[in-house]
Amino acid sequence: MSYVHLSIALIFVILPIILSKTLNLGLERDTMIAVVRSIVQLLAVGYILKFVFDSENMIYILLMVTVMIAAATQNAQKKGVSIQGITWKVTVTLVVIEVLTQSILLGFKITPPTAQYIIPISGMVIGNSMVLAILFLNRFTAEVETHQDVTELILSLGGTPKQAIHTQLITAIKSSMIPTIESQKTIGLVQLPGMMSGQIIAGADPMQAVQFQLLILFLLLTTASVTSAMLGYLSYPSLFNHRMQLLRGK
Amino acid sequence: MITDYKPAVNFNHINYSVDGIHILKNITESFPEGKITTLVGPSGAGKTTLLKLCNGLLSPDSGEIYIKGKSISSYEPVELRQLVGITLQSAPMINGSVLKNLALPLELQGRELIEKDAKNLLHDVGLEEEFLHRPIKDLSGGQRQKVSIARTLVNRPQILLLDEITSSLDRISQQEIEELIVKINQKYKTTIIWITHNLQQAMTVGNYTWVMMKGEVIETGTSDLLHSPVNEKVRHFLKGEVK
Ligand SMILES: Nc1ncnc2c1ncn2[C@@H]1O[C@H](COP(=O)(O)OP(=O)(O)OP(=O)(O)O)[C@@H](O)[C@H]1O
Ligand SMILES: [Mg+2]
Repeated sequence: MSYVHLSIALIFVILPIILSKTLNLGLERDTMIAVVRSIVQLLAVGYILKFVFDSENMIYILLMVTVMIAAATQNAQKKGVSIQGITWKVTVTLVVIEVLTQSILLGFKITPPTAQYIIPISGMVIGNSMVLAILFLNRFTAEVETHQDVTELILSLGGTPKQAIHTQLITAIKSSMIPTIESQKTIGLVQLPGMMSGQIIAGADPMQAVQFQLLILFLLLTTASVTSAMLGYLSYPSLFNHRMQLLRGK
Repeated sequence: MITDYKPAVNFNHINYSVDGIHILKNITESFPEGKITTLVGPSGAGKTTLLKLCNGLLSPDSGEIYIKGKSISSYEPVELRQLVGITLQSAPMINGSVLKNLALPLELQGRELIEKDAKNLLHDVGLEEEFLHRPIKDLSGGQRQKVSIARTLVNRPQILLLDEITSSLDRISQQEIEELIVKINQKYKTTIIWITHNLQQAMTVGNYTWVMMKGEVIETGTSDLLHSPVNEKVRHFLKGEVK
């Protein structure tokens, strides 16, 4: 595919804009912003990746992973502003996930220690972890809010903060993991996963592509469970003070 | 001021506010040990807030609370909350059966509630045994209040805080609960603090009473004061309540 072909593909952008205008959806502006941003961001990433791949320098790989974690943290922490210290809690979680998954992959020589493998896999792991963090924080803050009276009840009867928040914590961890597990059950039946499609289009052997996709799916299961559980156990204590009182979100 | 008895709970210049709103204003009073003290006053007076301070669910901004002569902050929170039991105004319940709710206080300590004890508790609050295995969501408001009282009694608190526990009960049930509270008070010498909007109840059941308004304790004394209050505002409030 050449840049000329890609330019022609902008037809796919013009159509929704025309539709938005005729139907008065008011989405023209957002569509344009989305298109421009995706072009700029992806081209930039493309050039950076090319540079990092060519240099084969570990420092650049580390730098890219750091940027990914910082961006993901920035995005996820917005959903947990009511939790004290949420920024570093999300950061620690993402770092642990990244270190954990890469140590296993590199340690057992499942993937080679090159930028070509480390960066895309880190991207998928960190991106997924970010989504999980958002799902978890959304649900957890809602659960805490809705069941404040039960939390107070358990505290009043001599329960610890951990006991008082246990049900809400488990509900939030579980519900944030469900989409990951459910989507894996139907994978390949409804649609081919993005990474696998990409590899096949780029000319890879389908069986090779499937193997890689499976690896990613296994990784994402770990990512999902570790993210939710870890963030959960890091977050709940800051809802209480040292006198085991529930702090009210202001 | 109530001075002729040893205090179970003693407030010394207690202030409490939320978001700059002064909810309790400089409260200095005490609840006598082994007695029933009722807490009356209009909605929003700060009665519930005061009880939550005694049980350690909240802490004052300034001032000191003494429980059985010891500063409240010298108690471990768990120890304090087992010593000072509270029946919350909204009677919150955990999902599951009546038994699960009754067993909760012991479960939190890693212990189990024997079914026989659970049945006795139900009997004490005037519920039939067969309620034990009913899902809590099938109970009426009044039945929940009864379960809520029974659940607070499981820890055998020495100081018992009751927040409008008879508000959704019929007359007969109200009387049963009144008798139960008096019985607990006499049998175990439990100190009881009882928030109620029912002045008749306050007069017949309570030994002492506090009248609270807008975060202040306006008048305290034996329950007789409800017949002939000194304070003009109290007289006005009581007239409105009786009517
Ligand atoms: N967490 C809170 N945030 C803001 N305001 C609060 C909070 N808790 C209590 N208040 C306010 O403090 C005042 C006293 O409340 P409290 O519940 O103690 O009153 P009460 O005497 O128990 O009233 P009622 O008879 O209606 O139960 C009320 O004006 C209430 O709105
Ligand atoms: Mg109240």
